Amino acid sequence: MKFLRDGLDKVKPHFEKGGKWEKYYYIFEAHETLLFVPNHTTHKVGAQIKDTIDMKRLMMTVIIAMLPCLLFGMWNVGHQHFIALGQEAVFLDKILIGAIQVLPIVVVSYAVGLGTEFAFSVFRQHPINEGFLVTGMLIPLVMPATIPLWQVAMATIFAVIIAKEAFGGTGMNILNVALTARAFLYFAYPSQISGEVWTYLEDGAQTVAGFSGATPLALGAEAVANSTNMMTAMNDFGQGWSDNIYSFSNMFFGFMPGSIGETSTLMCLIGAAILVMTGVGSWKIIFSVFAGAFGMGLLLNAFGANGFMEMPAHYHLVIGGLAFGAVFMASDPVTAAQTETGKWIYGFMIGILTVIIRVLNPAYPEGIMLAILFMNVFAPLIDFYVVKANKKRRLQRATV
Amino acid sequence: MRIFTTHMSKTIKLKKGFDINLVGEADKKLAEAVQPETFALKPTDFPGMQMPKLMIKEGDDVKAGSPIFYDKKSEQVLFTAPVSGEIVEVKRGAKRKILEIKILADKEISYESFSQYSISDLNNLSREQLQEQMLKSGVWPQIAQRPYGVIADHSDTPKAIFISAFDSHPLAPDYDFIFKGQEKEFQAGLDVLRKFTPGRVHLNMDAKGEVSPLFTQAKDVELNKISGPHPAGNVGVQIHHIDPINKGELVWTVTPFGVIQIGKLFLDGKYDASTTIAIAGSEVKNPQYYKTYTGACINKFIEDNLNTDHVRVISGNVLTGNKIEKDGYIGFAHNMITIIPEGDYFELFGWIKPTVNKLSFQRAFGLLANTKKKFTVDTNEHGEPRAFVQTGVFEKVMPMDILPTYLLKAILAEDFDEMEALGIYEVIEEDLALCEYVDVSKHNIQEILREGLSLIQYS
Repeated sequence: MKFLRDGLDKVKPHFEKGGKWEKYYYIFEAHETLLFVPNHTTHKVGAQIKDTIDMKRLMMTVIIAMLPCLLFGMWNVGHQHFIALGQEAVFLDKILIGAIQVLPIVVVSYAVGLGTEFAFSVFRQHPINEGFLVTGMLIPLVMPATIPLWQVAMATIFAVIIAKEAFGGTGMNILNVALTARAFLYFAYPSQISGEVWTYLEDGAQTVAGFSGATPLALGAEAVANSTNMMTAMNDFGQGWSDNIYSFSNMFFGFMPGSIGETSTLMCLIGAAILVMTGVGSWKIIFSVFAGAFGMGLLLNAFGANGFMEMPAHYHLVIGGLAFGAVFMASDPVTAAQTETGKWIYGFMIGILTVIIRVLNPAYPEGIMLAILFMNVFAPLIDFYVVKANKKRRLQRATV
Repeated sequence: MRIFTTHMSKTIKLKKGFDINLVGEADKKLAEAVQPETFALKPTDFPGMQMPKLMIKEGDDVKAGSPIFYDKKSEQVLFTAPVSGEIVEVKRGAKRKILEIKILADKEISYESFSQYSISDLNNLSREQLQEQMLKSGVWPQIAQRPYGVIADHSDTPKAIFISAFDSHPLAPDYDFIFKGQEKEFQAGLDVLRKFTPGRVHLNMDAKGEVSPLFTQAKDVELNKISGPHPAGNVGVQIHHIDPINKGELVWTVTPFGVIQIGKLFLDGKYDASTTIAIAGSEVKNPQYYKTYTGACINKFIEDNLNTDHVRVISGNVLTGNKIEKDGYIGFAHNMITIIPEGDYFELFGWIKPTVNKLSFQRAFGLLANTKKKFTVDTNEHGEPRAFVQTGVFEKVMPMDILPTYLLKAILAEDFDEMEALGIYEVIEEDLALCEYVDVSKHNIQEILREGLSLIQYS
């Protein structure tokens, strides 16, 4: 691998101060440091040794944790496609169809996002942070497989510029970048990201008799609007073309329509296990989102005013994007509460709000996206009070 | 008013922290007597030193205990020669800043003489009498004050004095070994220090290890026991749990070395800078202990004693020490030299390659590695500086009710009220050194903290 190093060393002077491409130094540096951990050593004073971890490792761990969701999502896109057509298909066909749909979205998200980041590194002369490695994967996973690619590009540019760079880059942003991308599309182009858009079908494809692309959340909204029994609707759904598609176990495993990466609670939990074991994601946040949603579900059960409220609380944990949001979005350390006590409150509130938005506000079938964005805004306030309590303990100690 | 409850000696169990286990611990044996030719005093070793004024010039002869310089802001505190000999060089840096005052040592050390007392006489001396001799002999700089971790001001009366009886830093010298047989001097030092505070003198011992009789037999002090991983041995952590520093309060801290040196001053009537230091680290052939004097040139100790040539020589330990040259001088407050590989190499895909041979507190890297085993660690930064991203990890290595990230941000914002409210008075560099080690964003946390302390101290 010496030739790689030699090659880099040869072109490096051009990017350094006084070189002909000095403006592009940070783009060069991003690539160089991706290949090689730099030869920087610790300073003369201060810690003489440093932990082996760096930001790249941290972010890569999150990407690894998302891989089960991505791979399952690709397969599921194909799986749902063939269910809708009423055709039997083998594993390879399903994953192939899925890959053809999903990979272009991933490529567009990364290419456009990194392009924007590179441009900012040149304009603003700041190093390129690894944050987008995660964002670039999160964006595709929260999109329907049918999303037009130009919308992915638009949303990515909007999110990187408005949600991140405007605040000073990774570490400074207030809103989760990937969710900002999704929210942008949700409000700017609602027809491509809500309604029955979740199942990929070619133009003019003939669907199986009785097919409907409605999600459990849509059934819930319907139950509220028409006072129907939601559980009956869920149990009856898919009869004749995909029996029991909305059974609890089916939804837990994720064999249902939805955004690419979020349908499988199981895959999200595998991701959560990776994040928690490696200490990259906060188990406090992940756990408390689930706990908040479950608790709120129980509370609504007690009221039971309509079919959605009567849905058993544990169903809330497997429908919609709750699991994915809890594991990969709520736990984003930059936009979450940063104090340990704050993390409990923050996660719990996200869970509660998600269920409230789902059940009590039928205008927005999915609640997790708005709940997280809402709590992103409130996280600094939560921290403010936790920090204030810390200061108060110190003051009280002085006057005892 | 503070209510003085009848709290007895405390036992404190700490859970947070991290023991960094490194290859190259010093064997508990003394090397053959080799004495370096030169010794040096470095004004830069003293945090808060403003304007050192020389009292000698090149070519002067000095005795051990002869004044060398003082700080203009506190003229009575004299910094004195550790050995007798000739001043051979005053090394200066940019703007004529004094870096090192080098002394070519005599073969036989001769001492300035100070008043000598028996143990019983010692107890009859007043604070003023004790203080006068301490200030002029060179032992006063052994007393540090918190907040700020600077040399104590002799016009202050601290609310308590704290002594940590163990060092939990990586490869730190064994106190039982280096202070053996100095019980009498240690107790005399304690007796002297007790005169300076109306409060208590706390001696804090390691609850998990075997503790030297030097400490267990100490009289008229509070004996506290602390257990837990590093930084349990840091006196700042101990103060936080025993009798924390509030705004407007002042405590003093002294190392056992300082206590013994103060004891010797009064019992023997001389400034005795003799010390036992450890030469440790993975690159040392024979890691062991050496008897020498404060400020020793280290070249004799590491000559023909290194496994490799491309090394970082550190005065002090790997977390809080500083880089020196192979012919450099050990720092005033240090009792060890650590030598580890220099890490100035590129590593292809080093950030993603799976390995169990690299030490990491963070499980994203170290999940598979057993951090109980001993590691060889070099000086590579392992990454580039980034904004704060990860949260919650500093808290895991910080056994104090302090929020490091918020404190650091307050310092960066130069927000005085916030720094104060968030507890800056309770910490100095060493207390946040582990945060700097584990930081994925590679901030120079100790440097930032000192900037904050200086901002508050001189505003």
